[in-house]
Amino acid sequence: MIDLLQYDFMQRALIAALLVGLAAPAIGTFIVQRRLALLGDGIGHVALTGVALGFLTGTAPVLTAVVVSVLGAVAIELVRERGRTGGDVALALLFYGGIAGGVLLISLAPGGSNATLMSYLFGSISSVTVQDVWVIAVLAAAVLGVVVVFGRELFVLCQDEEVAKASGLPVRFLSLLIAITAALTVVIAMRVVGLLLVSALMVVPVATGQQLTRGFRSTMLLAMLCGMAATVGGLTSSFYVEVPPGALIVLFALGGFVLALGLGRFVRRSRPQESN
Amino acid sequence: MRGGRVSLDRRPVLRGIDLTVRSGEVVAVLGANGSGKSTLVRALLGLVPLSGGSTLLYGTPPPRFRQWWRIGYVPQRLSVGGGVPSTIREVVASGRIARQSRFRLTGAADAAATTRALEAVGLADRAGDPVQALSGGQQQRVLIARALAGEPDTFVMDEPTAGVDAESQQLLADTLAGLVAQGRTVVLVAHELGPLEPLVTRAVVLRDGCVCHDGAPPKAVGAHALPGHDHVHPHAPEKPAGTLDWRPTS
Repeated sequence: MIDLLQYDFMQRALIAALLVGLAAPAIGTFIVQRRLALLGDGIGHVALTGVALGFLTGTAPVLTAVVVSVLGAVAIELVRERGRTGGDVALALLFYGGIAGGVLLISLAPGGSNATLMSYLFGSISSVTVQDVWVIAVLAAAVLGVVVVFGRELFVLCQDEEVAKASGLPVRFLSLLIAITAALTVVIAMRVVGLLLVSALMVVPVATGQQLTRGFRSTMLLAMLCGMAATVGGLTSSFYVEVPPGALIVLFALGGFVLALGLGRFVRRSRPQESN
Repeated sequence: MRGGRVSLDRRPVLRGIDLTVRSGEVVAVLGANGSGKSTLVRALLGLVPLSGGSTLLYGTPPPRFRQWWRIGYVPQRLSVGGGVPSTIREVVASGRIARQSRFRLTGAADAAATTRALEAVGLADRAGDPVQALSGGQQQRVLIARALAGEPDTFVMDEPTAGVDAESQQLLADTLAGLVAQGRTVVLVAHELGPLEPLVTRAVVLRDGCVCHDGAPPKAVGAHALPGHDHVHPHAPEKPAGTLDWRPTS
């Protein structure tokens, strides 16, 4: 562990991994509670268009990805709000549009090809720059700030939208806030695990946490712990065995889930009065 | 409420309802399944958009209403969401939300109100248990405790007795009796009143989206049923803005 800290690129990668492992499950807990587990996937697809747009226009891909994925997230939320009928199909159209748009735009970019997109699709944490680390840190702070400040309101909203309305909460604003926060999370996790695996970091640690906990807050804290363990564990292991860190991080998270599943069964059996 | 109309999927559910709930009343909204009871109370609070008429909360239309802490809404059932567990205490404490400001931490008054609400429904000793593990009757008690925690003036309850065991029903009746003694207003939707019957001061019976009885609680549901459509609210014209008020647009 010590020897890998002497490499600058590894230090940067570890900071990025830690921040993503912390932020993604925090907002992910609300997203899972709201039954929007696939929201991150949808935004990830749309973000690809943003990345390609960055290459095409010569601006930083991370910035264009933020703009496009926020717009995509708002669009998804507005479609969802309109009602269930046809909502999932409309979302699917947006996802495919995102991928196709990305591939098309990158081919128009000077010197761009699908290979350029690969590092965004599957992550390239070992190539994060100092500037990337700063962007990730600011966005992660924003995500955690939203969770801290709006947590109580988001809890009510994700539990029951009508009750949130009858409590005078700004339901539409909060819904958009969740979608936008998710979009920011997608962009920061993009460099670490890649757009195709972003959602895993928002969902899998939460699924792990809820096997073992009884409350919302404890689920969130445990999910954040699992998220950090997976990102840091996956990254360090990939340093020693030559495999892509993004895939290893997600497999670590899934391994944690399987472990928790078994452990949760055991814990529940030892308190039988709760069984329904 | 006057002239209140609601359509869901282009099917009229409420067809011109006039209803004014006054402070301190205990109103039971009765009627068969599909008569529009739930829709009526949700429309009263502005949770369901009206296709005609209007609704007022303490004299204000819902979009401009700011005193939501005065209203405690109890939905029909606890939605357990996407599977993330929540403890009973977390859910009940969330009833304080309308009284909390965004940038302030949960305070001692919030904690005390939550504890009182948990004690009132007899769940204080289970506060740390996940709500997902509770029976239907117990979940209903959690929902009522959540409304109690907010310390509102008016309770709006959607079928608080549906699918609830006899013990929980009696507990609900006792809790309501306490609220009534404090002069709180209660609007509740019910299929059968059961142990709540002695508390109800006024019954509104719906049939096919119209009020077909409004007055003393009937001994048997629909006993005094009048033909629905042109029923005129007997008290509405001469009184000022009530707690919950619907007015016609035309």
